[in-house]
Amino acid sequence: MPLLQIENLRKSFRTSSTLGGSGARLVAVNDVSFTLEQGETLGLVGESGCGKSTTGKLIMQLQKADQGRVLFNDTDLTTLSARQMRPFRRQIQMIFQDPFSSLNPRMTVSSILSEPLIIHKLVPARQIRDRVIELLEKVGLTAEHEQRYSHEFSGGQRQRIGIARALAVEPQLIIADEPVSALDLSVQAQILNLLQELQQQHNLSYLFIAHDLAVIEHVSDRIAVMYLGNIVELTDAETLYKNPRHPYTEALLNAVPVADPDHPRPAPLSGEIPSPVNPPSGCYFHPRCPYADQLCREHSPPLTDSGDKHLVACHHSEQVGQYLIRRR
Amino acid sequence: MFTTQRSFLRDIVWQRLRHNRMALAGGVIVLTMFLMAATASLIDADPAAIDISQRLLPPSWQHPLGTDDLGRGVLVRMLYGARISLLVGFLAVGISSIIGIVLGSLAGYYGRWVDALIMRFVDIMLCFPTFFLILAVIAFLEPSIWNIMIVIGLTSWMGVARLVRAEFLSLRQRDFVLAAQALGASDLRLIFRHILPNALSPVLVSATLGVAGAILTESALSFLGIGVQPPTPSWGNMLITGKQTLGSAWWLSVFPGLAILITVLGYNLLGEGVRDALDPRLKE
Repeated sequence: MPLLQIENLRKSFRTSSTLGGSGARLVAVNDVSFTLEQGETLGLVGESGCGKSTTGKLIMQLQKADQGRVLFNDTDLTTLSARQMRPFRRQIQMIFQDPFSSLNPRMTVSSILSEPLIIHKLVPARQIRDRVIELLEKVGLTAEHEQRYSHEFSGGQRQRIGIARALAVEPQLIIADEPVSALDLSVQAQILNLLQELQQQHNLSYLFIAHDLAVIEHVSDRIAVMYLGNIVELTDAETLYKNPRHPYTEALLNAVPVADPDHPRPAPLSGEIPSPVNPPSGCYFHPRCPYADQLCREHSPPLTDSGDKHLVACHHSEQVGQYLIRRR
Repeated sequence: MFTTQRSFLRDIVWQRLRHNRMALAGGVIVLTMFLMAATASLIDADPAAIDISQRLLPPSWQHPLGTDDLGRGVLVRMLYGARISLLVGFLAVGISSIIGIVLGSLAGYYGRWVDALIMRFVDIMLCFPTFFLILAVIAFLEPSIWNIMIVIGLTSWMGVARLVRAEFLSLRQRDFVLAAQALGASDLRLIFRHILPNALSPVLVSATLGVAGAILTESALSFLGIGVQPPTPSWGNMLITGKQTLGSAWWLSVFPGLAILITVLGYNLLGEGVRDALDPRLKE
């Protein structure tokens, strides 16, 4: 039994017109299914606006899904009331992208970290302070940081506080929504290493959302590639990098910069990511796809297992790879 | 370099306020008004003691601002009037701020029909010309200082409600609020610990400016004879007493009039200073 099982998740937003009438529907997450095992890291990668952050919020029940199920240890979270959801909030936690907006500017570090302990009554009142210091030390900060406000810290330190806050309730699953993309490169590595250490210590599972393939390769066991609200490819990390079967994955891999002036330059993807309010017919990727033909323009390919649990949503997956530039 | 910093409010805002001369002048005026109100209790003089032999005397050493048509000292009455103005100003703004914060929070936090209902009510309230609404209400009630404060408070909360609602709408989607929600924080905890403390800066500004408005409204009502009733002195009803004798005894109206002018100016300057100091977009 997987720890987390997502089935046919869908979320759309109404774009309201100025007169308050209902406007068009923006489909942020179209039809997303995947599973996540205990102790595993699943990377979720895609361009901005493809619905990867919304997927994270739907799992956390910070937004209500239109359709679909979120099974956590076989309990469907989408059917729970706020009160019933509360015990599950101890087991799933979230790390946010922007460390400058994820901490309350009017609270000290100690009150930020003691809040989860108080909400879930995890430790007796006089042990709260010890636990806060323990959490700070666990993420590489010290007790002397306890009484400071978040604006007194650097981006990397703030992200450590955000991680400590998520750890406070001892969760099983952490949804990391682009946890390093707002940080300097050197700090990124520190935070990624910290997340991996914590995973080993606590047998954590991560849903690791990112737009950077270099980051996600470093941490993931399996990777799901999202495009315009759909998962287009899902397989283990090594296979995805060596043998991509979806043309979008191929294009993303070609776009990863290589520090070699003689490295062949990839042909950039033509066109922009289409508007999710008015998506193209058939396969959503066909206007930008070098393999597209009439079939792709008319019929949307389902996400199917092409062998070895390698899921691909493409009519021509067996051809994909001919434009891939091998990394030396 | 980080150890000396404590909080945004105490350091940055205070630094900016100190370097804004107009705001400082406003602050001095406001402080002076508090001193005047405090002096009224200290000095041993009855603002209502009538002495017909001393009526309509020009400013002198014994009566620094002259006497009125019943022989009462204008200065003494103005000191007492400062207390009335302060009381009306702060209590009226207190009432309107509380109503505005509560309704604005509800509308901004719960959204949907709660928001629609409250905001349409705000629109309806804004349709009434406030001053005539107050006149109409006072016509039914006994014109006392308490009624005036309550009525001013009840007719001036709409701006605050809109401000607070707007702050809630933007803060509701901020990551730190989502993080608290993800931790299982209750609605009350989200509102009172996370959103409201971060939404109060614009309320503080609007309250400071609101005090000036309330003082002005009270003066106008008293001037029309339906505000604070004689013999209780207020700057507004002192103005009207002086109106008949404006040609012969100018000190009766000029001093209370100047007091109103300067006080309202002071609160406005201070309010604008606080607004600039709290604006995170302004750099040093």
